[in-house]
Formats: sequence, structure tokens, C-alpha cells
Amino acid sequence: MPTNGAPTKITQGSQTKGGIGESTLRPDGTLKVTGEFAYSSDMWHEDMLWGQILRSTVAHAEIVSIDISEALAMAGVYAVLTYDDLPTEVKNYGLEIQDTPVLAHGKVRHHGEPVALVAADHPETARRAAAKIKVDYRELPVITDEASATAPDAILVHENRDDHHAGHVPHPNIVHRQPIIRGNVEEARKRADVIVEGEYTFGMQDQAFLGPESGLAVPEEDGGVHLYVATQWLHSDLKQIAPVLGLPEEKVRMTLSGVGGAFGGREDLSMQIHACLLALRTGKPVKIVYNRFESFFGHVHRHPAKLYYEHGATKDGKLTHMKCKIVLDGGAYASASPAVVGNASSLSVGPYVVDDVDIEAIALYSNNPPCGAMRGFGAVQACFAYEAQMDKLAKKLGMDPVEFRQLNAMEQGTIMPTGQPVDSPAPVAELLRRVKAMPMPPERQWESSEGADVRQLPGGLSNTTHGENVVRGVGIAVGIKNVGFSEGFDDYSTAKVRMEVIGGEPVVTVHTAMAEVGQGGVTVHAQIARTELGVTQVTIHPADTQVGSAGSTSASRQTYVTGGAVKNTCELVREKVLEIGRRKFGSYHPAWATAELLLEGGKVVTDGGEVLGDLADVLEGEVVEIEEEWRHRPTEAFDLRTGQGNGHVQYSFAAHRAVVEVDTELGLVKVIELACAQDVGKALNPLSVVGQIQGGTTQGLGVAVMEEIIVDPKTAKVRNPSFTDYLIPTILDTPTIPVDVLELADDHAPYGLRGIGEAPTLSSTPAVLAAIRNATGLELNRTPVRPEHLTGTA
Amino acid sequence: MRVNFTVNGRPQEADDVWEGESLLYVLRERLGLPGSKNACEQGECGSCTVRLDGVPVCSCLVAAGQAEGRDVVTVEGLADFAKQRAEGGCASGACGTTLQDAQQWKAKGTDSQTGEGTELSPIQQAFIDAGAVQCGFCTPGLLVASDELLERNPNPSDADIREALSGNLCRCTGYEKIMDAVRLAAARQSEEV
Repeated sequence: MPTNGAPTKITQGSQTKGGIGESTLRPDGTLKVTGEFAYSSDMWHEDMLWGQILRSTVAHAEIVSIDISEALAMAGVYAVLTYDDLPTEVKNYGLEIQDTPVLAHGKVRHHGEPVALVAADHPETARRAAAKIKVDYRELPVITDEASATAPDAILVHENRDDHHAGHVPHPNIVHRQPIIRGNVEEARKRADVIVEGEYTFGMQDQAFLGPESGLAVPEEDGGVHLYVATQWLHSDLKQIAPVLGLPEEKVRMTLSGVGGAFGGREDLSMQIHACLLALRTGKPVKIVYNRFESFFGHVHRHPAKLYYEHGATKDGKLTHMKCKIVLDGGAYASASPAVVGNASSLSVGPYVVDDVDIEAIALYSNNPPCGAMRGFGAVQACFAYEAQMDKLAKKLGMDPVEFRQLNAMEQGTIMPTGQPVDSPAPVAELLRRVKAMPMPPERQWESSEGADVRQLPGGLSNTTHGENVVRGVGIAVGIKNVGFSEGFDDYSTAKVRMEVIGGEPVVTVHTAMAEVGQGGVTVHAQIARTELGVTQVTIHPADTQVGSAGSTSASRQTYVTGGAVKNTCELVREKVLEIGRRKFGSYHPAWATAELLLEGGKVVTDGGEVLGDLADVLEGEVVEIEEEWRHRPTEAFDLRTGQGNGHVQYSFAAHRAVVEVDTELGLVKVIELACAQDVGKALNPLSVVGQIQGGTTQGLGVAVMEEIIVDPKTAKVRNPSFTDYLIPTILDTPTIPVDVLELADDHAPYGLRGIGEAPTLSSTPAVLAAIRNATGLELNRTPVRPEHLTGTA
Repeated sequence: MRVNFTVNGRPQEADDVWEGESLLYVLRERLGLPGSKNACEQGECGSCTVRLDGVPVCSCLVAAGQAEGRDVVTVEGLADFAKQRAEGGCASGACGTTLQDAQQWKAKGTDSQTGEGTELSPIQQAFIDAGAVQCGFCTPGLLVASDELLERNPNPSDADIREALSGNLCRCTGYEKIMDAVRLAAARQSEEV
């Protein structure tokens, strides 16, 4: 019986070791520290070939001709494929809009678009063969921003659009537009004593997961293919892959390989279809592994954005209104842009009470690299802007920035701009209080008797300062993120749970298609099974498509939704086990029929604690196996004109306090500490929760001071596709991250938990920016901040 | 070409190696040792870190031919390497590994599917215990680098740890649990003395 968002019972006081609430260790930990864990790039098969993709060297061009003859003639080359080799009428794929060509047809729309495929017996042979393919491009003008996309004579990135957003967008180069209108901004503005306007720029961030896009496609005897791959959602991949191959879904078997991080960058397909096409063509297993250079072209990035904000407030510090326009650059293909627009608009006001709003968010089609999902998904860009606005308002009002935020903080019962009431705890003011109250790191260490360790100063071992010109700044920010897929999406998960006796012990097997990408879902599933079924031994079956969909490992949703599915299926298994117990032993003790029964510590016990029997005896000779779908509360689409609708499942809140030291002469920033307070509802695994918060915080730090994909505005070509030129925080760039975890239960969610993965990525960036502004007095309306922005040499 | 070298104490021979192949490629694709990782293949991330005659190197930047006749330790051999070192009479563990020592030990084979019962080095155990492993792709390189740090500096300060591990990128953890893991391994190591 699927439970449609019904409040789920919270199991209290489990006696089973290793259940929820404990910091149990990862079941894959040993394999990962011994090097034996099989990631997708570690796959190997007897007689396998290596696939290589030829990508466009220009951003926007007509393909005049492709000559593969020289490549095909090379020794060791087994196949060279272009658009003409695609086996069916389905030649595009896409998460929501099928606008992405498997291989370019007549035109390329961004730098690095796949044009042809090679399979060879050595990766270097494949690379050299790809380099011998001659593609003749006739270059077209490039669309790179809102002005060039919406100009009256703008060339269309996609002609003849027939997707479901095409009818309501103001221009064919706009993927989706979502306005949200509530109250009356014109009237409310009259009440404002101060008005603050700002224009903000958010750079293009890369997920930079370390495990490159990779996998192995093995042709099967029935004409199908088995794909071992790193992804965030097996079933979504399957739906996009099978039609292009011309195979029924059951002939495309998918098994999740080890995933080396994801952060949104594996929501879209990368090498999946290409490897399958080559395997089916050659009849041999084909492995594809991107190198880092290709990885920068091989997945979508976080949308860069321009954000225009106006806020008003009364002189006693109450927000009167907010008007904003958020322009997200979606690049050449739609990917997740429509949903990112929905998030950006519906969360654009932040965790604040503002009754009168006029909001508009759009995503562009352009010839820039395609952008889609990344941790924080539309809420990150908005948070950067509205938190800057909050600081400007507080300054103008002469108020403390934390007190000003607390005065306007949303709480349970607040109505969102979408008209949706916030119906679970929203401890925004409390999180700000906690993060502000944390002890401060010591100041001006370089003046202490020990002196400063140069490694802890801006510039580090470059030895550029011993404290001269170094000033400290402190900044605070808070953010709001939705949890789960929104806007009416049927966001379900499936869990199959099997319980039996093996070697005299009750054993549970949990089988889901959940992509474990590092977040620790496998740890939590085992904990849930132990809590619900009272066993110690839990086996997590590898994730594959032999079980129903678990939805995506994104939107902070897996512990909530697939965790919820595991809990629900375990409850069904428990009922079945108790039925068996009653049948076998009911006549021996009246409590079998009258008491509420639990499974704890390998035994059947009454809620009063009386032991009725061993699970091993109840299950002897029996196997209980159930597969069931589970859904959270349904959501609604946002109205296309007003943005009204109960679009979100749950909200997640985090606050940060950043302490930075800036060498004002050289523009070098050292983040000294980045403290976080977050409400997690219920920490199913406290160690993992803190790990998620620290990891998310660091990605926010990255986009504050270093991470940006630079796209040449004249050519739309990517200029820094490497870890040499695209910098992510090292252990030297990353400060200590003290974390204060608050647990206020959401009664609508399993165990009261709150999805946690993304919220810390939101407020981290604006907190660092606020701290740098505090240190330097500069306005800083763009992120990331680079030295030239601090020294006036930009 | 043919390349002969020692990996985790065992003599290895790789045939038909193309001259442009890296040590990383030969380990992963020819010798069945994919524990060293291929996150960037350009010497920026440290995920492929191995010991080459005791020195931590990015194996992606070492041409396979350069390993000829030399001794390589990968994450697969780290547990036995650490054990050998501990048994080698270097109580502090801070005596470094001489080339002679490096060439005398041998890793045990492991064929476990689950890793259960696997003997781990102190740094490997600390990474698990401290929650320093998430996706785990950076882990092998960080383990080799951390182990080498603790070998030469058994009581590193936080700044020492950060400096020693600054060539190893991690995208999941924010490094805090990695700091915890190295501190934990160092503390356990000093308790044993």
C-alpha cells in the first residue's frame, strides 16, 4: 500500500544496534580505502574497446561536411560513427525537453558538442583517430547573453520549438519564464522609508566531481546491452537511452558503478548512449572514460546569472516589498533549466516575510555551455543576491545585519510568495542566533608572541605578507532551499526489502535503484532497516534497473524519499513477519493478538518490552519479500502568470558566519573560519550529516573566491577547462567549519527528517562575500571575487 | 615496449606498453590495480598518488618507462606496507622508508568482495572512523600522501597536515573529516609508542 504523503510514524527508542540516529560507518568504507571499490572508470572487460568522442571546436556553426575516411582506415579502429549512423528516428534526448542531439546534425550549438564517435583497441589510438576526422564548419554569430538572445533579429538557437514551454515564453531563445506576483508592489513601495537596488552577477560554477564521466557498455546475446555507469538516476537514463538505441527498455540493463561524486553534474546523460552505440555497432564491450579536459565539456554546469533586485523597508526595519528579475543562462540545451527557473523564482525572496512581491525568472538559450543541475539548483544564485541586499538595507537603516534579518525572518506559518504556507519548523532567526553566538577565532595572530604561521595568512607559503595590510571581516548569511522534486512532479521512490534466516540469523536485504554518489544513502538504508526490522545484518543490494525507480540522487531528496520508501517497505515486511508469527506462535501467548508488536534486537517484543520470540524462529523456512513505491505529499505546478501554487515539498535552512582576512594590497583572501548552523529535522546519521554540511559549505566557498568557468564572450569558447585553470578549494584554502546541528522534526517527513545536502551550499557564498565587504568596504556585486576586484585593477 | 618494476613488493612485467602511457595507465589498465585514481590525469588533483621508491608522486605524470626497475607502492599495498614498516623496528614510525626496505616487503593478495576482515593500515582505519570517506575517489591518493606524512612527521600540526595534503583535491568532504582522520591516526600512533 503506497502511502501518499501520509505523515509517517516515528519509531521511538529502538533497541537495535546500528539503527537511525547513530553514526554508523559506511558499508563501502573498507572497499574505498583499500582501492577495491569499483568506480565506473575502473570497469574492465576482456577484449574491450575504448570509445572516444570528437567534439566541436567552435560554439555555433553549420556543419558543411564530415570526412571520417582517414580515421576509419587507421589500424586498431573498429568503428567511427556520426549522426548518419544513428539507428532510429529518435536522435535527441533530454531530461525534460528532448532537444539535445546524440551527435550533431548539421549544426553545433556550443563549444565541445559531440560530433562523432570512435572505437579503437587503445585509448590513444581512439584519440588519434578522432583527431583525423575532418569537420568543415561554417561559423554562425554567437548568442552569449540576454541582449543578444532577445534582440529582434537574434538568430534562434533552436528553430521550430514545440516543447511545452514554447507557447508561453516571450522569445524563442527563452527556455522558460516564471513570474510570481503577490500583493501590490507599487502600493507597498509607498510605505518604504528606504529602498535598495542592486545588480548582481553569479559566475558559472562546475560540479568538478572527481570521478570522471565513464562507463562500460557490454553487448548482450539477446541484442540488448548492459551498461555499467556512474549516474544520479538509473531509470531516467534508461528512458532517454533506450529510444535512441531502438531497444525496448528491458533490453537495456543498467547497473550503477561506483560514482565519484555528482553534485548535479550526472543528472544529464554524458557517455551513456555513445558507449552503447559503439558496443552495439562493434559487438564488443566499449569503455569510455573522459579526461578532465573533456569532463568540463561533458556535463552541464551551474547556471551563471544576472540578478536585479529592489527591496524596500520601513525605518523600523520591516521589509515592505521586493521586486526582482533573475536571468539564468541555460546555454545551448534545456537540461534542467525549466526547474531551475522554478526554484530561482519561488525562492528568490529568501527566508524572509515579504507580502508584496513582483518576481520574474527566465532561462536563456544561448551558445554558451549548457547549464543545468548543480547542488542548490537555482536557489544558490538568488541567495547570493538577496543576502547582499539584506546587508545593504541593514547598513542603510543603521541596523545590525543579523537583527535586521531576524526581524524579517520567516517562521512556521509564513506564506511564501507562491501562496504556499510553510507548515513545518522554519527556525531562521534561531539559526542566525546560533551561528552568531559561536566563539570567534583569535584575531591578529601575527602580533602574538608566537607570531603567525605564514601558512595561515593570505598568500600562504607564497610568503606575501606577515600581517601587513591584512584586515579581518565577518559576514553572516542565511538561505532557504526546497527539498525534493517540486511543481507537481510525481517524485516517488521504490524499495524492495527481503527478510529471511541465513545461518540461524535474521538477515535483511534492501534493494533500491538509488544512486549512491558518496552521500551515504547506503549507510542510512541499512540503519533504517535495522530500526524497523530489529536486525543487525543488512545487505545493500547493488543499485540497478531490476527494481523500480528510486528517483534522482539530487534535490536533497534521497534520505527523505528513498529512505521513506525503505522505511515504508520495511513496515510492510514487518506486518507480514508478525502475521507469520501470529500464525505460528499466536496460540502460545495472548500478547501476539492484543499488544502492539515491534521487532527489536532480533526479537519480537511488545511495546511494553516483553519478548515474545526470536525472529529467527518466526522466519524459519519463510522468506518475506516486498517491493513497493512510496510518495511524499503531492505538489502543484506554479501558475504560469502569477506563480501561485503549493509547489514545494519541504524547505531546508542553513546559516553561515564567515571570518576572512584580506591582504588589501594584493587582493588575496584567506577564509579563516566558516561556521554553519543548520536544521536537519532529524539526523539519521550525525557523522554523515556534518560531512554533508562541511562539503556543501566548501563548494559555496569555492564559488565565492575562486571557481568560475570562463567563457569568451566573443566566441563562446571555454577558456579554462582544467584543474590548472579552474580552481577548486584545496585543504589549504578551506578553513575549519564548525557545525551546529538543530533537529526540529518535520511531522510530514519520515522520522521528521529534513533533506540537508544543498542548504549549506547556499548561504556559504554570501557569508564569505559579506565578510570580504566587511573587511574592505567594497560593494562587490559579483561572485567569485578575484584579486583584481579587491585591488581596483579589474 | 616491456616495462619491469615492482608493485607492492611483487615484481611486475607489462608488455606492449606504448611509450606515451603513464604509470597510472599501466597500473590501472595493464596490471589490474585500479585503486590509484584518474580524476584529472594532469597532475593537479593527487588522486593517483603512489610512492615511487618511497617518494609520493602523481603517477599520471610519470611515464611508465620511468618506473623501469623501480619500486611502486599503491593504495592496494598500503596496509601491508604500513605493517611491514611498523614491524621493522621503527617504533615511532617516523624513520622513513629506505629504498632497501621498500624493495624487501611484499603485499598480500586480497580477493574479498566486501572488504570484510581486511586488515587495514592505521591511516585507512582512521579515514573510515572519522567519516573522511564520501564518494571515495580522492581517498586512495590522500591515504598514500597522509601515510607518508605520518611516516616522516608523526605529530603534525594542523598547518603541517594542510601543507602536506595541499596537492590532493577532495570535492565531497570540505576536508574537515580528513583533518580529523589524520589527527586520529597520529594520536593512535603515538598511543602505541
